Amino acid sequence: MTAMTPAGDFRTSYRADMSLFATRNTRRAVIVGVLLLALLPLPSVLRQYLENGGGLAQSYDDFLALFDIGRYGLGLLIQIGFLGVAALGLNILVGFTGQISIGHAAFFGVGAFSSAWLHEHGLPVLLCIPLAGVMTTLVGTVFGLPAARLKGLYLAIATLAAQFIIEDFFARAQWFTGGVAGRGTEPPALLGFSFDREETYFYVVLVAVVLMFLAAANLMRTRDGRALIAVRDHYLSAEMMGINLAYYRTLSFAIASFYAGIGGALYAHYLQFVSVEAFNIGFSIQFLGMVIIGGLGSISGSLMGSAFMVLLPEVVQAGADAIAGGRIDQALKLGANISFLRDMVVGAVIILFLVFEPDGLAHRWRLIKAYWKLYPYSH
Amino acid sequence: MDWDLLLPLLLNGLIVGALYGVVAMSFVLIYKASQVVNFAQGEFLLVGAWVCWYFLTEWQLPFWAGFLFTMAFMTLFGIVLQVVVLRPLIGEPVISVIMATIGLGIFFQALMKWIFGVFARPFPPIFATERVDLLGLQVQPVYLMSLAISLVIMAAFAWFFTASKHGLAMRATAFDQQVAQSLGISVPKVFAMSWAISALVSSVAGVVVGVVNGVSSALSFYGIKVFPAVILGGLDSVVGAVLGGIIVGVLENLAQYVDAEWLHIGNMYAIAPFYALILILLVKPYGLFGTKNIERV
Repeated sequence: MTAMTPAGDFRTSYRADMSLFATRNTRRAVIVGVLLLALLPLPSVLRQYLENGGGLAQSYDDFLALFDIGRYGLGLLIQIGFLGVAALGLNILVGFTGQISIGHAAFFGVGAFSSAWLHEHGLPVLLCIPLAGVMTTLVGTVFGLPAARLKGLYLAIATLAAQFIIEDFFARAQWFTGGVAGRGTEPPALLGFSFDREETYFYVVLVAVVLMFLAAANLMRTRDGRALIAVRDHYLSAEMMGINLAYYRTLSFAIASFYAGIGGALYAHYLQFVSVEAFNIGFSIQFLGMVIIGGLGSISGSLMGSAFMVLLPEVVQAGADAIAGGRIDQALKLGANISFLRDMVVGAVIILFLVFEPDGLAHRWRLIKAYWKLYPYSH
Repeated sequence: MDWDLLLPLLLNGLIVGALYGVVAMSFVLIYKASQVVNFAQGEFLLVGAWVCWYFLTEWQLPFWAGFLFTMAFMTLFGIVLQVVVLRPLIGEPVISVIMATIGLGIFFQALMKWIFGVFARPFPPIFATERVDLLGLQVQPVYLMSLAISLVIMAAFAWFFTASKHGLAMRATAFDQQVAQSLGISVPKVFAMSWAISALVSSVAGVVVGVVNGVSSALSFYGIKVFPAVILGGLDSVVGAVLGGIIVGVLENLAQYVDAEWLHIGNMYAIAPFYALILILLVKPYGLFGTKNIERV
């Protein structure tokens, strides 16, 4: 579960041990990666601008089209972003503190409704998103307090109950959620500029993802972060070293809820509509799946897991489209049942990862890196 | 007080509760023998009920034959699941095992929806008479059958664990795996057997519910309703599971009654057990009959 470096730990100073990124090149790669991501919506924007203005040659448009992933692609990236933030919260709870939660989607929903509700009371959206995080933290702490005294399976069942109770609350609290009709909301705006399209909302999510992931990476360097890991690894020893177990378990729950709240708020303002039925137990399980597939106790793994979960249905859909009309397609009635096929693949993938790759994609990624670092003398 | 409403509700609670008890028992069986928390218990009901439905309607088998075939199938099903999915996970952390069973749950629920569709399908009628008179109440015979089957299963469990060789082996394994092994008990076999029995018993409950309400994916919700029951009764107590199931069944219906008469909140039937669950976890987390080895921190 812990971050394993392939051949020993060569850090020589305390400063190096505390660094955010393992090497200078890792840091550079991450910065370049984020900058490249920030360039992604530009081709799409430019092409629309050219279309409206006319003027430029067709060859420019063809060139730009090479890099244009389109609104749909950007939408997928946005989904990976906000789900990744929420999954990171769950990973702090499950992967770093060793507490399990089967109610994460409910907290995600609390964040979504809080942000929409706050916005309706006249607050600007960019303020609503962090405030929704705070509100979700409060709700999470209420459920976290009993959870702090439980662990393992009992906690799993308690959070399962929380999932159903919160879901029931959503269906009932008309003033907060809009009841069965759901609640509409607006995209964020800054100084009169509205982030209402994929091309612009992408930046809101990108900034949030960078901030939240940096915050989590930093948290794990502090005393509190290491205390959480100590609670996971051996809670008795942790307690003997003066770590207040109940406090840190509640804290972990609160942090997880905060991340879920931020993710939920980003979700709400992206879709601009929040339905009471969206946050069911299946969604909670998807979050757990992301964390397990990405890698328990890995910060970057949370993002990999959410990317996997978002892209998996696309792959399944593409696979189904490829054989559409064929004999297999007709025998299995794929077209009408594609959503069930997706669910089945999700379930199967979770089991396969648990059996064959319990450390998740993050571990696989480390192995691939180690292989190429030592290539061709890997043995 | 409205007795005309309360009495049928209580009777209904008792019958449904007995079924919860049966499912909870099979849940506890797996937990006791192999320390696996099975989040796919509800899918056992679902698979069993659909398979039986298939035998009865597509193959046109008589009820007893279809029932026996279903039981044979589910025994095999339980063993295969244990060997293929759960055995590689022995020794992994609790979270992984829980997630694996959740994965199984999603997988089979989706598979059943794919094969049989999302709509509830009725079983072919089994009893000729529509209603039976019981203490002045009109009761469907299927309900009585369901209660009778529950009682039979409970009695069978009691016999199995106190008198049969395999049941004793299972209890020994639950008590201490190493000692059981040194006494010549094959622990992997006991694990497989516990899954087989659990799947089989759950599927009987599934068939019973299917006969009463028709088969649909709503059946898998029994697997979730099991948690309040087992926590109330104590996770590792078979007697507790039965009692917990009955209490939860009655509690649901009482909550609905109280809600209908005075509160008017709605949906109390589905949600009351979970409030009870949180309360129990706060006050008495090892339940009524469970061993008190839970560490509180």
